[in-house]
Amino acid sequence: MIDFTLNGIPTRLDVADGTPLLWAIREQAALTGTKFGCGIGACGACTVHLDGVAVRSCVTPVESVAGRSVTTIEGLAPAGGLHPVQEAWIEDQVPQCGYCQSGVIMAVAALLEQDPAPSDEVLEATITNICRCGTYERIRGAIRSLAETTEP
Amino acid sequence: MADDDRSVEETGRPAGDDDGAETEGKRGPLGKWTRRAFIGTGALAGGGLVLGVGGVVFAPNRMRIGPESEGGTGQLTTWIKITPDNDVIVSIPHCEMGQGALTGIAMMMAEELEADWSLVRIEESPPEDHFANGYIVRAFVDETGFSVPGWFQRAFDYASYKAMDVAGMQVTGGSTSTRGTGQYGLRVAGAAAKEMLLQAAAATFDAPLSELTARDSRITHGPSGRSATFGELATLAATMKVPNDPVMKPRDQYRLVGTSQNRHDIPSKVAGAAQYGIDVTLPDMLYAAIAASPVPGGQLSEVDEAPATSMAGVHEVVRLTEAVAVVADGYWQASQALAALTPRFTDDGRGTANTESIYAAHVAALDEKGPGQPSRDAAKTVSVEYRVPYLAHATMEPMSATARIANGRCEVWAGTQDPLNARRTAARAADLDVSDVVMHNQQLGGGFGRRLPFTFDYIEQAVHVAKSVSPRPVKLIWSREEDMQHDYYRPFVVARLRTDLDAEGRPLSWASRFTGSRLADGGAARPPYEIDDIDVSAAAPPVHLRTGSWRSVQYSQHGFFVESFIDELAHEAGRDPVEYRAALLSHEPRHLAALQRAADMADWGGPLAEGRGRGIAIVEAFGTIVAEVAEVSVEADNSIRVHRFDAAVDCGLVVNPQQALAQIQGGITFGLSAALYHEITVRNGAVEQRSFPDYPMIQLSNAPRVNVEFIASDAAIGGLGEPGVPPVAPAVANAVFALTGQRLRTLPLRLA
Repeated sequence: MIDFTLNGIPTRLDVADGTPLLWAIREQAALTGTKFGCGIGACGACTVHLDGVAVRSCVTPVESVAGRSVTTIEGLAPAGGLHPVQEAWIEDQVPQCGYCQSGVIMAVAALLEQDPAPSDEVLEATITNICRCGTYERIRGAIRSLAETTEP
Repeated sequence: MADDDRSVEETGRPAGDDDGAETEGKRGPLGKWTRRAFIGTGALAGGGLVLGVGGVVFAPNRMRIGPESEGGTGQLTTWIKITPDNDVIVSIPHCEMGQGALTGIAMMMAEELEADWSLVRIEESPPEDHFANGYIVRAFVDETGFSVPGWFQRAFDYASYKAMDVAGMQVTGGSTSTRGTGQYGLRVAGAAAKEMLLQAAAATFDAPLSELTARDSRITHGPSGRSATFGELATLAATMKVPNDPVMKPRDQYRLVGTSQNRHDIPSKVAGAAQYGIDVTLPDMLYAAIAASPVPGGQLSEVDEAPATSMAGVHEVVRLTEAVAVVADGYWQASQALAALTPRFTDDGRGTANTESIYAAHVAALDEKGPGQPSRDAAKTVSVEYRVPYLAHATMEPMSATARIANGRCEVWAGTQDPLNARRTAARAADLDVSDVVMHNQQLGGGFGRRLPFTFDYIEQAVHVAKSVSPRPVKLIWSREEDMQHDYYRPFVVARLRTDLDAEGRPLSWASRFTGSRLADGGAARPPYEIDDIDVSAAAPPVHLRTGSWRSVQYSQHGFFVESFIDELAHEAGRDPVEYRAALLSHEPRHLAALQRAADMADWGGPLAEGRGRGIAIVEAFGTIVAEVAEVSVEADNSIRVHRFDAAVDCGLVVNPQQALAQIQGGITFGLSAALYHEITVRNGAVEQRSFPDYPMIQLSNAPRVNVEFIASDAAIGGLGEPGVPPVAPAVANAVFALTGQRLRTLPLRLA
């Protein structure tokens, strides 16, 4: 049994220790926007926020989030609304198949929260998600347009 | 291809529905065909118009497509509904896997219909027989350069529809959706619907057609200023004669096609709400993990179930012919229990194969072919060997399918590139009639050819597991490792290229001998260049890993061979690679224009930063010509880095420019991961690679800047999902040669 905050809601899940957070979110909490890509933390499709920091949920044991706050793509913006990163993703028509994009959006949202105008070096070192459709050009463009709007 | 021979009567259409007066039209040159119901019409329950295009009516009339009388759904063969409240609902028999085809096809329809784009809603056709998509065959035929005579086109469309229908295919692949279904299907349907709406308006306003204008989902009578919406006219329009040959707009009058429009599927994807196959959740559902024989063709010989069945949450160990699966309350429990097993598999006598023995077998097959005859006037002969490895698709969403068998019926949920064929696969696995199987197609987390028909092993497995746990539904998820090691791989190919050059270095002949199929690959192996004597031939080696279509299929290998080899010849002749190609393309003005445009974009011949090199390649595939220039450097660790790509694309018609751009950008990235990193190798009969660390992908940090320009052209519309891929590897290899003098003839590209 694990107690934590999921998308702002106090949540108790009956799940065995050692289970990756990913599967608890997808199966017990029935939030399937967070994706399974590799199970070894290599692709980033499963990225969520743990106390505001981007983590790869497929290698995050569920017991490690006890008492903490987890945000998934479903909880990134208030219900019915969109986070600025999601808006930019629509504006720039970033996704293709879209499967990796929940993870990319979560990673980018966490980065911009800390560093609203990241340098190329920071960006490339931080956003290491794999997109098989090859949307990197638009990911970069959307981040740049977000960074511009936050500049003084 | 067809795995049964169902007659038309069994496809769910009534056998004798020949309301002859309605469909028995004029007889064409074939004597017994009619075009009348090529486009068919019907009334929508509650008012409105339904218009569909299913193919030509082909005598005898009972073979007619278009089940107006079928069960009162109001849905004709496919495609357009106009509701009384003025919505246009378009049903498109293709899947969405990020290529944006559904939005583009709907735009083509709306353009001809003169619909208000904001009122158009897009639906993916359900996997039912009458949504089989034969129009894509026309795209393939166009691509070969064989044109269907006008008088035969509709009969041809019908025949290809029937071929797809009887084979049970509703396929999305071959870069055909827009140029097939869009060009020959929905565009025509949109024009026909507009004409019927105009007829309805003429009757309503008692005005001649010449005084009526359709625009933005409204028809206006100029002199009186009266107008009515499509929705208001739709019910009457449904009673109008269906035009045989609706008038199409010339391209220069397009107002919607050619403008960038947002894709309909993106909002749900950024919200995390889009439902992919792997996301399907059903009440009472179980989860399954699976391990199939590591050696292709192997079978499960023994497994001690105890280590799994003693674990919490585990329901069952299921033994399949070629695999063992574990069913549990959750996927993590299932996968952990599976990992606790030590199943043994037979190896079908193939357990000693490795990449070296596979290569040797290919070489032996080519050796049997022997060398060709040299040209008598040759000043020099150049003869080289190229090689490309097996490649995995590695879609981001691993293979997954959910199945439920209950009450003599089977339901399947999965993302596929062909739900009709998937349904048939499920029926066979369930030992049920196709009519007892329901397929629910989902969003695809990438396709690239992995989710095409006849590669539905994951659906077969899910159905077999569902039998064991019936009536409960079960979701089967492949691990990334299972996915990497049980793909239908891009074929391993060895090619020997040879040319005889005259004294000026011009090729007198070109011979390509490769492993594969001359029928399937021969077109891609032929260079576009003006060479008198071109000879392509193939040898079929024993196949170890099962193979399938991989984004751009045969062009991905042969584009590399042809465009690398022509580059070798340019250097052999001491000529600039662009100039050398151009001199051999005077008979192909579209190629020439694309080549020159890409060179201009890249400032070909202009100054380069220290340590950079440029290379060019041009490939026509799927009706589209793409020329690409790569700019590369060599890193301190001797790896190749690509900084920039410039691509010039002639696809005839650009329907949705921002999506056309996305497809080329994505295709270049996809091709670059393969060119630089990807290689599936075999050891002891099994695939060695397991996951992304040993099958790495281009990421943000090493993705090149990609510039793309589309060349305005009045040529036939070409595909876009795949043509960006083939020039990538040769452009990079040619750039590496320009920079280092090393000619890399094996993929992935690795410097000595």
